[in-house]
Amino acid sequence: MNVWGVIRLALVSIARNKMRSFLTALGIIIGVASVVTMVGVGQGAYSSVQSEISKMGTSLIMIMPGSSSSGGARQGAGTKTTLTEEDANAIAADCPSISMVSPVARSNAPLVFANQNWTSQVMGVGADYLGIRAWKLTSGRFFTDPEIRNGAKVCVIGKVVADNLFGSISPVGQSIRVKKMPFEVVGVLESRGQSGPNQDQDDVVVAPLYTVQRRMLGVTYIHMVMASALDDNSVETAKEEITTVLRRRHRLLDKEDDDFQIRTQADMAAMASSTLGIITLLLGAIASVSLVVGGIGIMNIMLVSVTERTREIGIRMAIGARGRDILTQFLVESVTLSCVGGFLGIVVGMVLTNIISRFTEWQVYVSIPAMVIAVSFSAAVGIFFGLYPAWKASQLDPIEALRFE
Amino acid sequence: MSLKTTAILSDRPANEPPLLEIAGVHKTYFMDGVTVKALRGVNLSVQRGEFVAIMGASGSGKSTLMNILGCLDRPTHGVYKINGIEVSHLSKNQLATVRNRQIGFVFQGFNLLSRTSALENVEMPMVYANVQAEERRERALAALASVGLTGRENHTSSQLSGGQQQRVAIARALVNKPAVILADEPTGNLDSRSSIEIMAIFQGLNERGITVVLITHEPDIAQYTKRNVRVKDGLISSDEAVARQLNAPAELAALPPLEQDGLADEIEQPIPEEQEGAALP
Repeated sequence: MNVWGVIRLALVSIARNKMRSFLTALGIIIGVASVVTMVGVGQGAYSSVQSEISKMGTSLIMIMPGSSSSGGARQGAGTKTTLTEEDANAIAADCPSISMVSPVARSNAPLVFANQNWTSQVMGVGADYLGIRAWKLTSGRFFTDPEIRNGAKVCVIGKVVADNLFGSISPVGQSIRVKKMPFEVVGVLESRGQSGPNQDQDDVVVAPLYTVQRRMLGVTYIHMVMASALDDNSVETAKEEITTVLRRRHRLLDKEDDDFQIRTQADMAAMASSTLGIITLLLGAIASVSLVVGGIGIMNIMLVSVTERTREIGIRMAIGARGRDILTQFLVESVTLSCVGGFLGIVVGMVLTNIISRFTEWQVYVSIPAMVIAVSFSAAVGIFFGLYPAWKASQLDPIEALRFE
Repeated sequence: MSLKTTAILSDRPANEPPLLEIAGVHKTYFMDGVTVKALRGVNLSVQRGEFVAIMGASGSGKSTLMNILGCLDRPTHGVYKINGIEVSHLSKNQLATVRNRQIGFVFQGFNLLSRTSALENVEMPMVYANVQAEERRERALAALASVGLTGRENHTSSQLSGGQQQRVAIARALVNKPAVILADEPTGNLDSRSSIEIMAIFQGLNERGITVVLITHEPDIAQYTKRNVRVKDGLISSDEAVARQLNAPAELAALPPLEQDGLADEIEQPIPEEQEGAALP
């Protein structure tokens, strides 16, 4: 019996029980649709996070001091006081893969303007800071070199601070008090939004390093060095150069661990990607459970169908069908059911994906690999769950089958 | 040497094997720990062109014999040869092929596929014989015409009367040009008029040289055949030629006429297929 003959036979028998065939295929339709939708949503989230991260610039490198110990209890990252402004200058001088460097000292401080007050993070930075963050001002100016050198009491403020202290008044040229010290607001930063949970990048006051470090905090160390690699590809080289420079400057022996940590935006991007990758995989896995359930539905119906058509099987066998002809007939039927279900599932999945992308800001798209996998998986489901009923049919004894009422 | 000579001298050599030959066949079933000896050493041979009725009461073993003759079952002991080729020890798949090419079945319950047209039912054996679609259609149409069902090719079983369904089944049995037609109680589900019509078809086929083996428990049906074999308790109890064979078309003509009945005429029409083998008895 040729292939087309068998497929035609399967289609005829599927068409004969339209409602039943549809309900059987529905399991697969739902399974494939949910796989396609879930993977589409997961990938949409993934790509939107990726684009957010790349907007921030993947060449960003942050160097923080390591953990200090107090009586055996380690205090956590960034608590050591070993990082200095000189380290930052050395990195700028000795690391060829680094284009910009800025030391950072930070502190939380109460802010007062007229009868308004607000508490925010105050960052003391160098001249390259805005360049490293690829940050722009919406009004005013950044600090001049003499202001940075001399530790002038000037600041630029983030949008959240501006809104809370000034409301509708233009902040540029106004004077605010930071920890009771008067500062002149010279500029307002453009809004950047949140960079993570509870981390509003716009809730910040930026001032010259010397002003914050020496005048406000009265310390000699800094909290962080921010740097920017020449380009995305030199981030790894830059990391190695920084490690060499800092180990040398901190006189670390070979057996000693680094007393600093280097974090790059690329690391963060990779972390976010792998997290989302896992979530996408998980969503897909949960959705595939419904595919398996759909497969069991097919098996169930095929078993019923074999019993119901025992007499037909007997007739076919008496007339010369071999076991393998019967096996193929039922197998093709279940595979056809599951494949048709798979294709309908893709259509439903695409519609759902489009609806979801309309209601979210995500760039949701239908993933071709997910579709290919879903359909081949549904064909595999058809074979796997169709095999047993088909095998059962092929093993029938023609005499018994003919006698079956 | 003598073998060669006879083959040349006669177009039907004396040593040509019988079409069907059963020798010392036993069939034993084991059911729920009970041994049932359905056949206990049956010997039977059927020559090409014969019209045989195998008769017996229920439980006599005639159904078992029919299953073995039809290659649906294998004997426990003994030999079964078709055209001199032993088939008693073939595998399941090989038996399926033998059934497909050598045997045409006609059943008591017609056993047509439901919701399937007469044409498709008749085409089915050729599907398993890998006959091309066009030839399948042609041969199926010819077979349906030969049993007088022209014009009803697209009717499904439920749209046909019992007699018509059985004629579709006969067309299906004929279509692969089998060595023998095995009919198991073909008239069991039919009224007497349809029964005679079916017997008329079998007589017509036999006149064309087709070997027909019929299993029945009705003595009057057996009278339409040429040879009656009786089975009793798993053994053949008698085997004799029919002295006065009934002529089905004549019997049909003797019946009181039925309204809307044009079928008998159709059956008597010459069958539009070439005769097979001139040298038949």
